[in-house]
Amino acid sequence: MLLEHKVALITGASRGIGKAIALELGKQGASIAGTATTENSAHQIDQYLQDANIKGMGLVMDVNHVEQINAGIDRVQKSLGGISILVNNAGITRDNLLARMKDEEWDAIMQTNLKSVFQLSRAVLRAMMKARSGRIINISSVVGATGNAGQTNYAAAKAGMVGFSKSLAKEIGSRHITVNCVAPGFIDTDMTRALSPDQQQALIQHIPLGRLGRPEDVAAAVAFLASPAADYITGTTLHVNGGMYMD
Amino acid sequence: MEIAEIEQRIKKIVAEQLGVNEAEIKNESSFVNDLGADSLDTVELVMALEEEFECEIPDEQAEKINTVQEAIDYVASNASQ
Repeated sequence: MLLEHKVALITGASRGIGKAIALELGKQGASIAGTATTENSAHQIDQYLQDANIKGMGLVMDVNHVEQINAGIDRVQKSLGGISILVNNAGITRDNLLARMKDEEWDAIMQTNLKSVFQLSRAVLRAMMKARSGRIINISSVVGATGNAGQTNYAAAKAGMVGFSKSLAKEIGSRHITVNCVAPGFIDTDMTRALSPDQQQALIQHIPLGRLGRPEDVAAAVAFLASPAADYITGTTLHVNGGMYMD
Repeated sequence: MEIAEIEQRIKKIVAEQLGVNEAEIKNESSFVNDLGADSLDTVELVMALEEEFECEIPDEQAEKINTVQEAIDYVASNASQ
């Protein structure tokens, strides 16, 4: 198994893409720590890991609070060992046209989708530098590359992750730690189910592969970047979008 | 803790961290100029000192630790044991 003896921390793992990533990395042999914002969701993570016979734990971590990030990482490292794979997946949307966007909508996205990536990466770096190996994988978005009306905040944060990842990749490449992004297109999750059937149909017209993506499509890309096969890949963005945007 | 013991432990850490021979490390050695450390090495070195001596070295103090002797002095006056 490719990821045996690895410990993976995945934020926002109770459902959707995060859950698929947790299950895929677990299937490859990694121990999994999956975060959620409520006790109930953390328990659901425990449950699905157990059902899939994967070693690991769900834990409550609100990525908006640095104390919770640091305490959570501490707990994971004590019970599962040093974190070797960090997947920054937790994210929210606060869509609005810019002319109507409130400061709170902008700030919430920057805090949850971008600042947390910085704080989580910083918190796992010590163990990774010591181990002289590690993988940081940030879940960006196709809209970070293409832009999307109504999502100036979300697109800015997702594009910000790409610049962050390239810079950090340069900083810590000498320690054999790789930093990459995976940029999903339109994936069938609760987030995109908020779109009307007409909107979904219109979107599919622009996807050469003719369907929305599945969370498992994204998870497979993450598992590849986490594996030894991706040892020489850093600072890049892997687009998983059915061809709707080609880099 | 004896100064000699601090010195010995620090030299051991520096040797491990920077991949240099302990015999090459003098008290007046500068991490960057004499021992070939880059900026990330110096950050790691401070992290290693914090761990070894169970203390937290604030950034503004860490910036002033550029030589082996400066590290010894810092630990001697700040570490608890």
